[in-house]
Amino acid sequence: MNVSLFVPCFVDQLYPHAALAAAQVIEGLGHTVTVPESQTCCGQPAFNSGYWDEARPVAAQMLQAFAGADVVVGVGGSCSAMAKRFMPELFQGTPQEEEAKALAGKTWEFSEFLVRKLGVEDVGARFEGKVTFHDGCHGLRELGLKEPPRALLRHVRGLELVEMKEAETCCGFGGAFSVKFAAISTAMAEVKCESILETLGEGVSCIVSNDLSCLMQITGWLEKNGKPVRGMHLAEVLASR
Amino acid sequence: MTGIVKLFRRDVRGTTADTPRRTFIRRALSGYFAKRYPLQDAYADWQAARTTAAAIKFDAVNRLDTHLETFARQAEARGTKVFFASTGAQARDYVLALCREQGVRSIVKAKTMTGEEIHLNEALEKEGYGVVESDLGEYIVQLRKEHPYHFVFPCMHLKRGEIRATFEKALGDVGSDEPENLTMVARRVLRQEFLKADLGISGANFLVAETGQISITENEGNARLTCALPRIHVALVGIEKVVPRFEDLALFLPMLGTAGAGQALTGYNTLYAGPRQPGETDGPEEFHVILLDNHRTRLLADPEQRDALHCIRCGACLNVCPIFKNIGGHAYGTTYQGPIGSVITPHLRGLQDWKHLSGASSLCGACTETCPVKIDLHHHLLQNRRNAVREKGVWWERLLFQGFGLYASHAALWRFGSRLAVPGLKLHSRFSGAWFDPVRLWTKTRTLPRPPERTFRQLWAERQKQKSPRA
Ligand code: SF4
Repeated sequence: MNVSLFVPCFVDQLYPHAALAAAQVIEGLGHTVTVPESQTCCGQPAFNSGYWDEARPVAAQMLQAFAGADVVVGVGGSCSAMAKRFMPELFQGTPQEEEAKALAGKTWEFSEFLVRKLGVEDVGARFEGKVTFHDGCHGLRELGLKEPPRALLRHVRGLELVEMKEAETCCGFGGAFSVKFAAISTAMAEVKCESILETLGEGVSCIVSNDLSCLMQITGWLEKNGKPVRGMHLAEVLASR
Repeated sequence: MTGIVKLFRRDVRGTTADTPRRTFIRRALSGYFAKRYPLQDAYADWQAARTTAAAIKFDAVNRLDTHLETFARQAEARGTKVFFASTGAQARDYVLALCREQGVRSIVKAKTMTGEEIHLNEALEKEGYGVVESDLGEYIVQLRKEHPYHFVFPCMHLKRGEIRATFEKALGDVGSDEPENLTMVARRVLRQEFLKADLGISGANFLVAETGQISITENEGNARLTCALPRIHVALVGIEKVVPRFEDLALFLPMLGTAGAGQALTGYNTLYAGPRQPGETDGPEEFHVILLDNHRTRLLADPEQRDALHCIRCGACLNVCPIFKNIGGHAYGTTYQGPIGSVITPHLRGLQDWKHLSGASSLCGACTETCPVKIDLHHHLLQNRRNAVREKGVWWERLLFQGFGLYASHAALWRFGSRLAVPGLKLHSRFSGAWFDPVRLWTKTRTLPRPPERTFRQLWAERQKQKSPRA
């Protein structure tokens, strides 16, 4: 299969190794990965802020970048949800409506792609240690991805998944919300992180998620409060040998 | 920024910093969750129940005119007086006129959020009528001159000691702060009020169109006394509360108990079908039902968000909402708090004044997931944001997004810019968190990830080169 990798803009600039790991895992399963050069941003910041007219040119760039792709795999639940769930709505009633629907139809979030499209749960990874998993809200509720990341983690040799109490609770990132309403966002991060810190007592040494924007919020709060915990994207765990 | 937003921001700064209270609220709700989820799981199929409930409410709301007419006809057939109030003012005037005509002297009130919505107590008090809240939680917040904190659990934010102090201030020495004792204290006071009252005011949880009955759900029995003892009973009910058939209650009553309070069925579910009938020995002499619009029809006119009228006011969306749990109910400044309040308040009270509540959300979707009647709550928050911008955007935000749009829709420009990303981030890390840091709103409470040596694009390009050296 020829897979076009969708690397959200902040992942490109802040978390390059997560995207590289995702490509490695997919290639490891015998598929070809290409990275369309002309991809930029999915338009989610403007879209979520209510500026749909301003979001459209950005999203249109994404439509064009992936127009020729067979399958698009997104590194991150939130931006994948933008492509899969919200773009058809954004372009509703415009000439690009069909293109948006086509993109939505062929886009998969990374863990979703492995488990639901390829039917693979064991990618041959080995990772020693206990981890806890954070469900990003977009992946969990817009895309319904409670199971796929866990199925993949269960098959990693040496890894033990310890569920935290607040696994499904929002970390408080929410895009522009995190700075527009920083006080609320931070309070939410605190609740989330306290639940993560509880798992450290059980030997957890790493927080894994399929959403890097959440990890940025979570590890950012933990570090600021002098309790750094390593954060890893699911793909990085799966690329470990 | 309007005064309302400023107030919101100020309150939120206070409440989010009050960690003990936030923890108290979370602990208080953990009891609810412990009871609710097992009950929900005991349904043969909770998801199917939700779908059915949503379908019934869809029919109710989309044929509201017919159902309300049926309700009125059936209710009037048993001597109930039905009044359609387009606005809060009309509803208030109706009650005030009734008080004057009937020479009302003393009023008790059961828990009614519609009463809060139209500021009925204030209107009555201004005209010299004393009103006593008979719901224990409402009574407590009334004594404290506060508004309800949560539209189902009005005083959930208060600790026992605070409740005792409230009672002591108003009623003198009350002894211990054991919940049973405090309840008995309130009961003694309220019993006298019930006997004295000649007007009882209530809301309703459902209007049954088929039979012309109203249905009231409660745990204390005070609403039954409010509705049955005084000479006159007035029920103030939002028009969206209608269900078509009597049998619909078989689904909605347990659902309300389960989702709302973690109870298989709430303590008392009572149907009221009119004033005292000939030959009956008790019940009010007069029964009035005020059907309140107060801009609900604005929601009805919006096909995208019409389903917000499905709401049965169970409060479940508040209980799961991380925003509610961290900012608390009072910060909203609305009658209806939490996700449903953030969705409907802009429709009821003006989009530009209340759009900030739709902005103050991470759109996590926990509300939508829990709502028993499947209201698409968090997407409605997104739509409110869009509608607010369409009507009147913020100039600098628009400019920012237009600029970003220009940049992001030109791949070459983007490629050039992304080369500056790593040096830019490195530069930033030197003054991260300083007063002139442009992203200080982030760095004040969180660090940024350490800048990588290369962007993914650069890493990928190198990797491809190594793979096919001649390319
Ligand atoms: S919106 Fe749904 S969850 Fe919230 S109060 Fe209404 S019915 Fe309950």
